[in-house]
Amino acid sequence: MDPQNLPLDLLERLSNACGVSGDEGEVRKIVLEAVKPLADEVKVDALGNVLAIKKARGEPALRVMLAAHMDEVGLMIVDEEEGGLYKFEIVGGIDPRQLPGKPVWVGKDRLPGVIGARPIHLTTPEERKSAIAAESLRIDLGPEGGKKAKPGDRAVFATPFKVVGPSVMGKALDDRLGVATLITLLERAPSHLEFQAAFTVQEEIGLRGARVAAYTLNPDLAFALDATPANDLPTWDGSENTTYNARLGHGPAVYVADGATLSDPRLVRFLLQTAAAHHIPYQIRQPGGGGTDAGAIHRQRSGIPSASVSVPIRHAHSAVAVARLDDWANTINLMLHTLQALTPDILAPERS
Amino acid sequence: MKELIRKLVEAAGPSGYEQSVRDLIKEEVTPYADEIRVDALGNLIVRKGQKREGGLRIMTAAHMDEIGVIVTHIEDDGFVRFTTIGGVRPHTCLGGRVQFINGVRGVIGGEKLESMDRVHSFDKLFIDIGATSKADCPVKVGDVAVFERPFLDLGKRLVAKAMDDRIACAIQIETLRRLGNTPNEIYLVFTTQEEVGTRGATPAAFGIDPELGLSVDVTLTGDTPKGIKMAVALGKGPAIKVRDSGMLADPRIVRWMVETAEKANIPYQLEVLDGGSTDARAIQLVRAGVPSGCLSIPCRYIHSPSEMVDYDDVQNAVALLVALLSNPITLG
Repeated sequence: MDPQNLPLDLLERLSNACGVSGDEGEVRKIVLEAVKPLADEVKVDALGNVLAIKKARGEPALRVMLAAHMDEVGLMIVDEEEGGLYKFEIVGGIDPRQLPGKPVWVGKDRLPGVIGARPIHLTTPEERKSAIAAESLRIDLGPEGGKKAKPGDRAVFATPFKVVGPSVMGKALDDRLGVATLITLLERAPSHLEFQAAFTVQEEIGLRGARVAAYTLNPDLAFALDATPANDLPTWDGSENTTYNARLGHGPAVYVADGATLSDPRLVRFLLQTAAAHHIPYQIRQPGGGGTDAGAIHRQRSGIPSASVSVPIRHAHSAVAVARLDDWANTINLMLHTLQALTPDILAPERS
Repeated sequence: MKELIRKLVEAAGPSGYEQSVRDLIKEEVTPYADEIRVDALGNLIVRKGQKREGGLRIMTAAHMDEIGVIVTHIEDDGFVRFTTIGGVRPHTCLGGRVQFINGVRGVIGGEKLESMDRVHSFDKLFIDIGATSKADCPVKVGDVAVFERPFLDLGKRLVAKAMDDRIACAIQIETLRRLGNTPNEIYLVFTTQEEVGTRGATPAAFGIDPELGLSVDVTLTGDTPKGIKMAVALGKGPAIKVRDSGMLADPRIVRWMVETAEKANIPYQLEVLDGGSTDARAIQLVRAGVPSGCLSIPCRYIHSPSEMVDYDDVQNAVALLVALLSNPITLG
């Protein structure tokens, strides 16, 4: 797939949709609409995961699960104080230093609000040396917003999606890029394997949806499709940046190890061989912390060989992330070629 | 048993990459096993016996993996940056040698520190494999290595890297060799990925669906100068775990182990461990729950490249495990 054929409209709808962990309904609606014509079987499970299966033509077929999470990090209203001022808590991993001054959308009606902070005129140089405590911040909906939001309502950064030259910018690219990728792959699912698409919930708060999805699907192997931070900006002193995690423009990031999974080496080798055979650029995501749905999937039932592939994004878990169209297209291509070439032989040797 | 222990501890098997240890163990157990299989996560599952009247389906678990390091970045001048696999501590690293599973060897160096009293954090350590540039560096991002240290036989005391938990692998192998007729259906499992969060034991236990779970692993001791306060010492026998930070051993299993040791005249100690856990933590929570316990081998300097155990404790652990598995079991 060339970058100009990418489903940007789909990504735009997905990125603009609000789907904070546990409240993924708006995203699920878009996903269901997209996958119903593509899959043989579609269901929504007890936790809200969308499971879409495209059966194989021949038998016995390899059952391959692909997971992308629908949820995003965000905020939750916990209490109204007065006149449209709301206390909130963070859902998932957001650095509280990212919050002050950001516009937000609150609740199903997308009430416009702002996380306010005292302006520079009224702060002392001493105060400006430290971060503002998240507990002291409020979402301000204005007097019009009084009694409009309720405890439990979710809020997200109010960032409309944009295409800017070779890049996309938007909120929730983690993991709507994966969701859009998975829909694209389902559309082109090779017929020799059983394609099990899992659009999961509650990844950002501990891989909760993927765990039960993997139990239901009981696949032979699995791939998690996610987005990973690119911390690839130059260092301030010009020294070599050795902790970039992943880099924009270097292709899909293949995981060997993160905080939750030691990828199955058979799958990693297969991905890298496929990339080399089709001249698809790729990078190894730097081993380290973090995790994807693979962390829950690989431990399910009697064990499920798993690996993860991510689109690198700058400024993840903030109001706006930046990704390259090239990286996204190459991720889709890598997964398409990998799925086309996958056979049960991959699991014939023992894990090594 | 010492030659078997030497072979096992000198093999390189960081978490997720246990294949060379697995191959070695497979060779040792093949003549004695009724069935051998390897599951999706690489756990080696060895069955002995079939369930008969009065017997139980039992899973024991000794983990094959050891702590190690994984490459995160190759610098332009060929130095290798790394992060850890499992609970490696930085003060055990500097000057140490590592062996990659592709055979490459290297030494760990550190950046200059402001003060000699400080310990390097991992981001200030690197591996020097003798390369002069990125181009001639024979390892790449994602490659894994273990600490390299030869086996040291001090007579009664044995020292090696990866004593945690190859000593238990040796104990399970020796137990299998000595097991005669038993009413129990015994699955001796050599698990993977324990050091990164008991990840292998969960799916292994799911597949086996045991009625009783027992891990075999090392535990800390309180018998070194100004060490931690703990009533476990080297040489006083294998330890029967009462609790650790991930499991409260089933009291019926603790009683069964204590009674068996006393009946067979095997010395034992009771263990209450504050920090750390074992595969039993994972086994107890699989499916609808599994009554679980742990047979511990007292070990000094755990997670350093020189872990020390007592050879008498090892042999007594084998004797106790054989006694536990040989007879009908009534938990009460």
